[in-house]
Amino acid sequence: MNHPSAELPSSASTASPRPEILIRPKAGWQAIDLGELWRFRELLYFLVWRDMKVRYKQTVLGATWAVLQPLALMLVFWIFFGKLGGLEDKSALPYPLLIFPALLPWMFFANSVSQGGSSLVNSAHLISKVYFPRLLIPLSSLGAPLVDLLISFLVLLMMLGGYLLAGEPSVSVGASLVWLPLFLAGTFVATLGVATLFSALTIAYRDFRHLLAFAVQIWFFVTPVSYPLSIIPEKWRLVYALNPMTGMVVGFRGALTGEAIPWDLAAVSAASSALFFYVGVKYFRRIERRFADII
Amino acid sequence: MSDWAIRVEDVSKRYFLGAAEKAPTTFVEAVGGLFAAPWRRFRELSQAEAVDREFWALRHVSFEVREGDVIGIVGHNGAGKSTLLKILSRITEPTTGTIRLRGRVASLLEVGTGFHPELTGRENIYLNGSILGMTRREIAAKFDAIVDFSGVETFLDTPFKRYSSGMGVRLAFAVAAHLDPEILIVDEVLAVGDAQFQKKCLGKMSEVAGSGRTVLFVSHNLSAVENFCTRGMLLRQGELILDGSSGDIVDRYLAEIHRDSTSGAELPPVRGVRLRVETVGEAGPIKPGEPMRFHLELKTETPLHEASVAIGIDDSRGQRLTTLFTFQQMQQSWEIPRQATLEARWNAVNLAPGSYSLNVTLYDGLTLKAHWERAAVMSIVDGDYFGTGRMPDPHVHGSQLTRVDWTVESE
Repeated sequence: MNHPSAELPSSASTASPRPEILIRPKAGWQAIDLGELWRFRELLYFLVWRDMKVRYKQTVLGATWAVLQPLALMLVFWIFFGKLGGLEDKSALPYPLLIFPALLPWMFFANSVSQGGSSLVNSAHLISKVYFPRLLIPLSSLGAPLVDLLISFLVLLMMLGGYLLAGEPSVSVGASLVWLPLFLAGTFVATLGVATLFSALTIAYRDFRHLLAFAVQIWFFVTPVSYPLSIIPEKWRLVYALNPMTGMVVGFRGALTGEAIPWDLAAVSAASSALFFYVGVKYFRRIERRFADII
Repeated sequence: MSDWAIRVEDVSKRYFLGAAEKAPTTFVEAVGGLFAAPWRRFRELSQAEAVDREFWALRHVSFEVREGDVIGIVGHNGAGKSTLLKILSRITEPTTGTIRLRGRVASLLEVGTGFHPELTGRENIYLNGSILGMTRREIAAKFDAIVDFSGVETFLDTPFKRYSSGMGVRLAFAVAAHLDPEILIVDEVLAVGDAQFQKKCLGKMSEVAGSGRTVLFVSHNLSAVENFCTRGMLLRQGELILDGSSGDIVDRYLAEIHRDSTSGAELPPVRGVRLRVETVGEAGPIKPGEPMRFHLELKTETPLHEASVAIGIDDSRGQRLTTLFTFQQMQQSWEIPRQATLEARWNAVNLAPGSYSLNVTLYDGLTLKAHWERAAVMSIVDGDYFGTGRMPDPHVHGSQLTRVDWTVESE
């Protein structure tokens, strides 16, 4: 049985114009109450706003950090994997352009999942004192990484411009850009699903708190961020694409640099993203009503 | 003439005690539990322990609140007041029953929920206002009034972490005071800040109470309940035992305090030890300044060789005030073959009126043998400790009463 936690009166059954809230025990799987999320949109805004504000308080470089981190990582990968590890020769694209477009969705994913995974536990004081749709908590932890993504995107555009001006033959920015919003949306869905799943699992089983950082690190290596897709044997690629971030990262790279997008892989990853989202949100909604009791 | 605002029908809430044993909290435990499950189930079935471990914080509570009612909810710690408010605030879900709320609800289970130490006062007003359910426009419109009420305008752009605790509480209360709901649910948030600010808060509360809003108010401050509330409800062990005028409720509650503080029932055994604790005022109810006795009866299945007992006294917030520990206060420990009776006499109680919980720990030599959390509740009623007719408020002045000799020289 599905009972939404707060239902508005179905019709003009009551004379009063006041909103009526019904509270009763719920059982089983709960659907997402989009209407309620919408009513609480300002709180979402404030939660993201808080995270952004707090992040750069008492820092000298401020928002520059959003750009420095992926740039520094790119340099490290370029030197160690690209030059010293010889991966540069296996990539048609210049190595920085292989990494940077992939680092943006990856860092969004990694930061959101690390933040989001522990977000519920970190918001215990809110959850035990105030009501709001609990989904806002993991959702809001995607906000700050999303802003970072947009800021680093400007740097990426400059990089692309630089390569184009220098006449780099492997780069062709053009029609493929239309796919970018698609992969951005896919990344968002996958990230929200994984973050939500981890946040709920962390409340139920604190083991996941320890597992989280570790899982994100491993996830990095099974995602083609620091290496080209071509080093993965053909026959394993579809299995490899079960990692939702595989398709998204490759798609991002393709949409931005004109490199061919492997659509079969993208489709598998999209399906896997949808599955993560479904399972994550469903599990979250299922144990949500116990949060305040077990937190 | 007025319509209902809250309707509570047959609400019960169950918690599981010793949840760590029942529901796994780590994944490893859960996996381990899979293997242990058959054994555990066997043990539970054979000893019928399962029923003992659940705890009903609320049982079959039903009531209706009319628009404009101001209701005070009183009861001992653990009577279910907080659970009721948590359910009404939708923080936790009832196990059975339904609740209908009609109107915009705001609940204040604490002041300053969500305040962030790194943000400035100004930023925190917005954040906290939003968490409490105000829209951005509403906050902007009330911003000046909030700042004015709090009296911290000079520190608006200072990070909250640099506020003194008094300033912090004032700002937090100021935001809460400007909520404008139709139904307000408040948990004991009045006793904050210095005396002057408290007066302001109480003034605000009575203003809210007189404005036709529906208010549900949990408090230990019986005079506040009597003054503001039109109606009262008394909870005991999860049951709503009386619903009536606030004056009646306060009288009945005081009578309960008196009765409960003199009777002690035998507690369920802990590791083969049974305990009965009684607190007895030598002249009726326990009053500050008067003598009382702690009376403990212990029955043990296995003999103890070097027994010692500690009685910890905690205030209503769970703060340990003092511990009466035989190991520290007596030279010798004793042997208990089967049972023992202990008595501790306190010549002049120096605790402020209120209820205190007693935690009893039994040691055998250096090992902890058994522990009873909240083994008994000791209630201390109003008494004239200083001989001035004036008593301190434990929330503001602390629970300990100290008599000193004052000399004042002035010119």
